[in-house]
Amino acid sequence: MATITPDTQIDIGHNDDPNSNYLTSSRGFLSWALTLDHKRIGVMYLVGIFGAFFLGGVLALLLRLQLLMPEGTFSFISLDRYNQLFTLHGAVMTFLFIIPSVPAALGNFVLPLMVGAKDVAFPRMNLASFYLWVFGAIFFLIALVTTQLDTGWTFYTPYSIETQTNVIAATCGAFILGFSSIFTGLNFIVTVNTMRPPGMTWFKMPLFMWAIYATAIIQVLATPVLGITLLLLTAERVLHIGIFDPSMGGDPVLFQHFFWFYSHPAVYIMILPGMGIMSELMSVYSRKPIFGYTFIAYSSIAIALLGFLVWGHHMFVSGQSPMSAVIFSGLTFSVSIPSAIKVFNWVATMYKGNINLATPMCYALSFIFLFSIGGLTGLFLGALATDIHLHDTYFVVAHFHYVMMGGTVIAFVGGLYHWWPKMFGVMYNEFWGRVFCAVVFIGFNLTFFPQFIMGSQGMPRRYATYAPEFQLYHDLSTIGALTLGIGMVGAIAVLVISLFNGRKAPANPWGAATLEWTCTSPPPYYNFEHAPHVGSPYDYTGLKYDPQVGGYVRDPNAAPASESGH
Amino acid sequence: MAHITGLDMHSILADTLFFPPERSTFAGDVDGLFNFIYYLCLFFFVLIIAAMTYFAIKYCARPGHSEKPSPSHNESLEITWSVIPSILVGVIFFYGFTGYLNMREAPEDAYEIQVYAKKWQWSFKYPNGAETTELHLPAGKPVKFLEQSADVLHSFYIPAFRIKMDCVPGRYTSTWAIPNATTGSGISIDGHQPYHLFCAEYCGQQHSQMRALVYVHEPAEFEAWAEKEANFLETKPPAEAGAILFQRKGCVQCHSVTGDRSTKYLGPPLNGQWGTERDVIPRGSSTPEKVMMDENYVRESIRQPMAKIVQGRKPGMTVFTPSLLNDKQITAIIAYLKSLKDEK
Repeated sequence: MATITPDTQIDIGHNDDPNSNYLTSSRGFLSWALTLDHKRIGVMYLVGIFGAFFLGGVLALLLRLQLLMPEGTFSFISLDRYNQLFTLHGAVMTFLFIIPSVPAALGNFVLPLMVGAKDVAFPRMNLASFYLWVFGAIFFLIALVTTQLDTGWTFYTPYSIETQTNVIAATCGAFILGFSSIFTGLNFIVTVNTMRPPGMTWFKMPLFMWAIYATAIIQVLATPVLGITLLLLTAERVLHIGIFDPSMGGDPVLFQHFFWFYSHPAVYIMILPGMGIMSELMSVYSRKPIFGYTFIAYSSIAIALLGFLVWGHHMFVSGQSPMSAVIFSGLTFSVSIPSAIKVFNWVATMYKGNINLATPMCYALSFIFLFSIGGLTGLFLGALATDIHLHDTYFVVAHFHYVMMGGTVIAFVGGLYHWWPKMFGVMYNEFWGRVFCAVVFIGFNLTFFPQFIMGSQGMPRRYATYAPEFQLYHDLSTIGALTLGIGMVGAIAVLVISLFNGRKAPANPWGAATLEWTCTSPPPYYNFEHAPHVGSPYDYTGLKYDPQVGGYVRDPNAAPASESGH
Repeated sequence: MAHITGLDMHSILADTLFFPPERSTFAGDVDGLFNFIYYLCLFFFVLIIAAMTYFAIKYCARPGHSEKPSPSHNESLEITWSVIPSILVGVIFFYGFTGYLNMREAPEDAYEIQVYAKKWQWSFKYPNGAETTELHLPAGKPVKFLEQSADVLHSFYIPAFRIKMDCVPGRYTSTWAIPNATTGSGISIDGHQPYHLFCAEYCGQQHSQMRALVYVHEPAEFEAWAEKEANFLETKPPAEAGAILFQRKGCVQCHSVTGDRSTKYLGPPLNGQWGTERDVIPRGSSTPEKVMMDENYVRESIRQPMAKIVQGRKPGMTVFTPSLLNDKQITAIIAYLKSLKDEK
């Protein structure tokens, strides 16, 4: 390894050189459209994903406003229209937004930098993955503007066989998006396995990498099952092969098994990267090594593997045998333990720290609050006797929004605030960042907490109209959703505005010890001029704040990173 | 209600926030488990958030404060907080699954109601033949719901009973409950405060309107209601009502109405016979005699089938006592038999 001197390690000198920056190294549409640079692909994903998030969010607000009145608020939203709205909200949020959110946008940008590499293992496959995402999104838009899909994002048979809406366009979209996800996962597995620099052993990897790695395993193993299932569904509709259609001797419950065999592991595709971000944020902003590194790393792998064995808990009242329901319930509880361990470890990391309540840390603390509620309410659903009552009610809706939105999306936005200075080289307004974090937090709880209550009171999900006694909870939820919408738009606006008037970001504004902070902000096209020195990812002893730079620099006189960093 | 303690009061408050009233014998168990998990979760949630808040305030970055070294892992602490939650979720699993098995196995003597789900309506068929679109149940008796779907997936959900089961096309599913309180008194639904029955599995356009009401009666009143509901004799022309009874009471299995004299039918054909004479062998006799098929002959043949056996047939018909077939029903069947013409 080349000798590392302090000022090549933090490439301050190159910040002024426009050619050293990946954003400015080349210009023109094609330089982006045909780029193989993981950072540009990550940025393109980020833009696309936020487009999908915005669309899904608008659909959600329409749903919530419609539910202000028991018989519906707007006359232009018919029963059919409502069913289409919730289907598209779910499908867009799941397939276009949350599955690719952290891995494809932040993971693409950060992962190669974290391993000190120039790019991912297969840059062309990475670009192909992005274009598959775009094509998948186009198919979804076709389903949206032509006949309007109304099956729910779950495509349950036999309804999805007989509905007149464009199921085939949507399943093609989901099929293509599946390959996009597989390509990303495969890329990351190979990158982590083969491209780690000398000195970065498995247990010296940042925990974000562990999380992305565990996610990638699920993406590669589970997603093909979704592809096959959706192809079978298409074959059922077009060729009437009679595998799911009961009128031809098929079994509609088989579809649910196939579907959830992918879609349950898929919820870990969604949450694991969020947990990875959390491990980074909690450590950096507490200025303490992560507590219980090994347990957190193993728990990611445990979640990835156990996640494959619990799909039947979506089907406790579907008609599957009581024996399989009991087994799936038991396995479901086993997967709750690794998540609990992570939460305890994150909180313990704060002990005796020096906690910087910057915006990303505010999101991280929100995550702990919301994810704890989301995780704990899973216990009610994993227990068979209570699930019989709560299944397919708003309790479930609230539970998975607390995990998926309160967990993944909050971690995603927190991670975005954390890496934003690295990605675009600008600092955002810290005050407004925190304000909108608070608005999101309040709006989120107001939206989804009342849904727990109305769910346990018996309000079924996917209802366009409802019994009047549930109106109070629906109205609270709608007010919350509007607040949440304002908060989210504000949070994104703070970031976008910073692009125009943000203070120039130093290489390492937060004092983080992972490798991506050793290159300039934004990184040069080739990421690292010299191979960076690999230390412990959570050892902050040598990093000192330098007011002149506005960020942290490694003290050249500090003792070398200790080996017992975790 | 004089013996409500503070704890009971507390759980009643929690119940009214989170649950509809408990109206089946399962509901108490389900809510009990729910409350157990609820307080457990509350404990851990408060613990986590209190620790987080305390640390965030105590160790907040400020001039003069810096991080202090502390161990970055602690095996025994980490094993403790892995093992204790594992034990607790084991307990939750155990109660969840024993409660669930109780909900799956209906007692042998349960009153069975057939539930038919189709887009977007429920219909219920009772053992006495009554059919309704709202659900009526006897209080205090186990009731089994045998579910079928005519088209897509539906789900039979009564929140007040805490039961739910999908209706799957092409197979039977079932669930059961013992309603533990009536919704009101009287056979008529006036004055009842019924429970909701929802379709809980998305089934297309009018999914949210696939609802029904559940009425629970005193057992005696339920009998009366079911009798009245099944009593289509009052409402239909006698011949039509008789045709329904002829099917439903099983007459059709042994008596042809198309003139089929083969041994496929144990009894003689009954069409075109009204007012004609036939050869019968009276009980205790061995010589045939002629008898006219009229009202009294039919009535006698139903109440005492062995009294006169048509020549060439074996005695073997069920004795229809008044509890199996009452006089009004016999009158309707007679009207039906009168209407049956000879096959060309």
